[in-house]
Amino acid sequence: MIQPAKPDLITVNIDGKEIAVPKGTNIIEAARRVGVDVPHYCYHSKLSVVGNCRMCLVEMGMPAVDPATKAPVIDPASGKQRINWGPRPAIACATSASPGLHIRTTTPIVKECREGVMEFLLINHPLDCPICDQAGECKLQEQSIGYGRGYSRYIEDKNVKPKRTVLGPRVMLDDERCILCSRCIRFSKEIAKDDVLGFTDRGSYSTLTCFPGRKLENNYSLNTVDICPVGALTSTDFRFKMRVWFLKQTNSIDTESSVGANTVVWSREGVVYRITPRENDAVNDTWMADSGRALYKRIREGGRLESIRALGSETTLDAAVEAAARLMAAGGVAVVGSGRSTVEEQFLSRKLAEAARAKAWLVSRVGEGDKILVSADRNPNVRGALVTGLISALPSARLDALAGEIDSGAVKTVVSVGEDLSAAGLTAEQLRKVSIVYLGTHSNPTSAAAKVVIATLTEFEKHGTFINQQFRIQRFAKAVPGVAGATDDLQALSRLVAAAGGPALGADVGSLWPAISSEVPALGTMSYASLPDTGLLVDGTPWAGLPFIEGPTLHFQPAQKEAAHV
Amino acid sequence: MPAPEQFRLVFKHIDEAGYTNDLACYLRNGGYEVLRKSVLRKPEELVDEVKKSGLRGRGGAGFPCGVKWTLLDRKSGKPIYLIVNADESEPGTFKDRYIIHNDPHQLIEGIMITCFANKVERAYIYIRGEFPEGARILEKAIAEARAANFVGPNILGSGYGCEIYVHRGAGAYICGEETGLIESLEGKRPYPRIKPPYFPAVLGLYQCPTIVNNVETLCHVKHIAERGGEAFSKIGTPNNTGTRILCVSGHVQRPGYYEFEVGKITMGQLLNEVCGGPLPGRKFKAVIPGGSSAKVLRFGERYKGKRKVGAEMIDYDWALEDLPMDFDSLQMIGSMGGSGGVIVMDDSVSMVEALANINAFYSHESCGQCTPCREGSLWMKKITGRMVHGDARPEDGALLKSVADQIAGRTICAFGEACAWPTQSFIAKFGDEFKAYPEAKKAPRADGVPELV
Repeated sequence: MIQPAKPDLITVNIDGKEIAVPKGTNIIEAARRVGVDVPHYCYHSKLSVVGNCRMCLVEMGMPAVDPATKAPVIDPASGKQRINWGPRPAIACATSASPGLHIRTTTPIVKECREGVMEFLLINHPLDCPICDQAGECKLQEQSIGYGRGYSRYIEDKNVKPKRTVLGPRVMLDDERCILCSRCIRFSKEIAKDDVLGFTDRGSYSTLTCFPGRKLENNYSLNTVDICPVGALTSTDFRFKMRVWFLKQTNSIDTESSVGANTVVWSREGVVYRITPRENDAVNDTWMADSGRALYKRIREGGRLESIRALGSETTLDAAVEAAARLMAAGGVAVVGSGRSTVEEQFLSRKLAEAARAKAWLVSRVGEGDKILVSADRNPNVRGALVTGLISALPSARLDALAGEIDSGAVKTVVSVGEDLSAAGLTAEQLRKVSIVYLGTHSNPTSAAAKVVIATLTEFEKHGTFINQQFRIQRFAKAVPGVAGATDDLQALSRLVAAAGGPALGADVGSLWPAISSEVPALGTMSYASLPDTGLLVDGTPWAGLPFIEGPTLHFQPAQKEAAHV
Repeated sequence: MPAPEQFRLVFKHIDEAGYTNDLACYLRNGGYEVLRKSVLRKPEELVDEVKKSGLRGRGGAGFPCGVKWTLLDRKSGKPIYLIVNADESEPGTFKDRYIIHNDPHQLIEGIMITCFANKVERAYIYIRGEFPEGARILEKAIAEARAANFVGPNILGSGYGCEIYVHRGAGAYICGEETGLIESLEGKRPYPRIKPPYFPAVLGLYQCPTIVNNVETLCHVKHIAERGGEAFSKIGTPNNTGTRILCVSGHVQRPGYYEFEVGKITMGQLLNEVCGGPLPGRKFKAVIPGGSSAKVLRFGERYKGKRKVGAEMIDYDWALEDLPMDFDSLQMIGSMGGSGGVIVMDDSVSMVEALANINAFYSHESCGQCTPCREGSLWMKKITGRMVHGDARPEDGALLKSVADQIAGRTICAFGEACAWPTQSFIAKFGDEFKAYPEAKKAPRADGVPELV
């Protein structure tokens, strides 16, 4: 039965199923909601509609009305209003929902249209699937199985086009595989705002290329690889490394800035092979920056800390915690937390500072925002530090005040959670003057100077949450096991808290979150397990007055700055 | 029945001894008098005259010109543009070139009347790249007209002003498709736009309401403004008013351009009397009546059915020679009047080879935007090319038809039909020849000419 539509909704009929959708909804999207797959190549929900692949042809009809009286024309056989079906198929991607619109996707004509388009797309396609990197995630493969005829009538020579065109430093093009859907062209122009791609020649000889003298080298170039429905555009980093069906997918978050783009980490047997964006329409749509895709390389980069050391020799966690406790017990402690730490780690950092009666510090990282998906704040989780109460004011890039306290002798011990103090402005002499307890993933002047070093995990090796610039708390999961010799950050921190005389707290996200929920007001109603994949907004009003540095990015507008103080 | 006399309206001065394409000559022949009178009238009146005239577009589709103008979005507050489609590219068509070369001021006067009627202040003539001389002539003519205050600001003291610009294409058939033309004019690849939503009347050039009219159509507007819509509609036949320039090419004694009242002359009169019949010793075999994309007709076939005459439906039973050369009749029997290019083939022609030629053209001209046309046109070319130059198979005809069937009606623009209809109709009308071609190919040619490979 037709449900009475809500005022802003209209009812359309797709393959006999009624669905109420907002007026103007794209028919491919409307069909998706009733479980009807309308195959397509060129259509992309985040790009303009061009209607060039013709794969989404469907039959379209409107309820018949008498031209004179405008009264509905009733079909005597069914007793329902008759539908005037269009004389020719229409593309679903360029059709928007209008009241009473009827769509058929299962009729012989639609089937035949799809078979025709599939055949056309395949006749000049090289069919080098066995060596193609897109195999396993190729729309052409999937839809030729789903909607193709299954045999070839083509006996002519196939077109020959360039096979290995370097479009830019990260993207390689095989023109023979290209089906000319123009997604990459539209992405470059509309999203990356870097209009460098276009077609040359015409007809079936059309060839994708960069404009003369230009390269596809913007920081979003790899999105073209993601949205390429075939194996035409491949990533020079990932190609020929691994078949995608062997890879495990883990939901993660891009840590390169406070945007917090949602990602998927693709790994096999403890090795990460690539990072791709994960759709979050409130944060990053279906995009992410190229720079964020390379972050996994840090896991195996040189200089990784792979042991626990105390007073110059390798030791156990127990011994290291004990050594740290002795240093902290002498008083004059400072805790340098991190905007790269997770919410859970920041909560424990705060607890550590409280137990050691220490002041907590944070270091800011500022770059230039690109107005798309990399913001000016290059720490992923400064807002986490505010929300958990680790800090109450925005951090600066240098720890000059801490340096002063070290010089004056007020601070004798510094616990650094992953921050290189020398990069934050402390001199080698100042590092020598204090006792340093360092938790971190990679060696640096601070780890070299530290009395106690506990090797910890990268974001790919642990669970946690970050709070992005929108005050959206987003969860990420462990993709690969940590390197041997490294300790989970939460375990190390909770042990230190206890050793400094603080409470016994959970050493993993699951057991720690009850304490977080009860002690952090802004997270009071949440639990780790129930956080949705696309995150939850935290009430950021207590910090609304702070002068955050981010400019606008996709789906983010900074709060209106108050007029300059007079 | 003897053929009627030519009715030279648009082509009145073409071939006239001593008639030149400069302004002075045009003025001597009463030029710009119609514009002078038109700017004193209400624009809406002129639109009404065109509606009353029943004028149908001469570019190919035969869409009623007055209706096209009424569809314009006049409420948007955006400027309205006129684009003159002078991208005359349809094989077999050469009428606009003669107007541009020999009587450019007639076109300019038609443009100015159209612009005034539709409150257009900027018109673009999009002329195909292969007409460099035509572009030069138009530039010169516009400059003359501007100097004489027929074009430009405040024309003839009316307070109304309009500029005309000439834009040369770069040599692509698809630029004759109106939305492809608009894209090209905007400086982009001429990829036709999807309709909906990009109807030129609403979202045309620079997303503003735009009229795109053919050169010949705009010349007719001048004559409508001169004679009045009612009087114009008396020329020709009902729903097929005015005159039509027929460009006859191919195997006739006297190929050329001929202007007749629409529907007043039959195919047989045109080819046998006006054009002098087939070449000596030959027989007519096939004719494409409206430019190469129109469906081919076979001599010897008959067309039967019912047609509307006035309020009645009457039976018709026509031989090809009896066909009236008008929009409706040609459409009724499954082809079209198109652009008026009549291509005649006699019995010396192999239909497979003729189709190979047409397919080569369309595959070369497909813009490549949408899949069926892009891939299908080249596939058809490859098949017919192989049939002619390589191994022909008896089943190729059926394959060709099937490929063409996968194109027509499924593309962004009408090029899909344009490239599919030749193949569909050649196979439908000459399927036997396609089946017999593999064997026929092996036999020596009747004229003894060696096979070209």
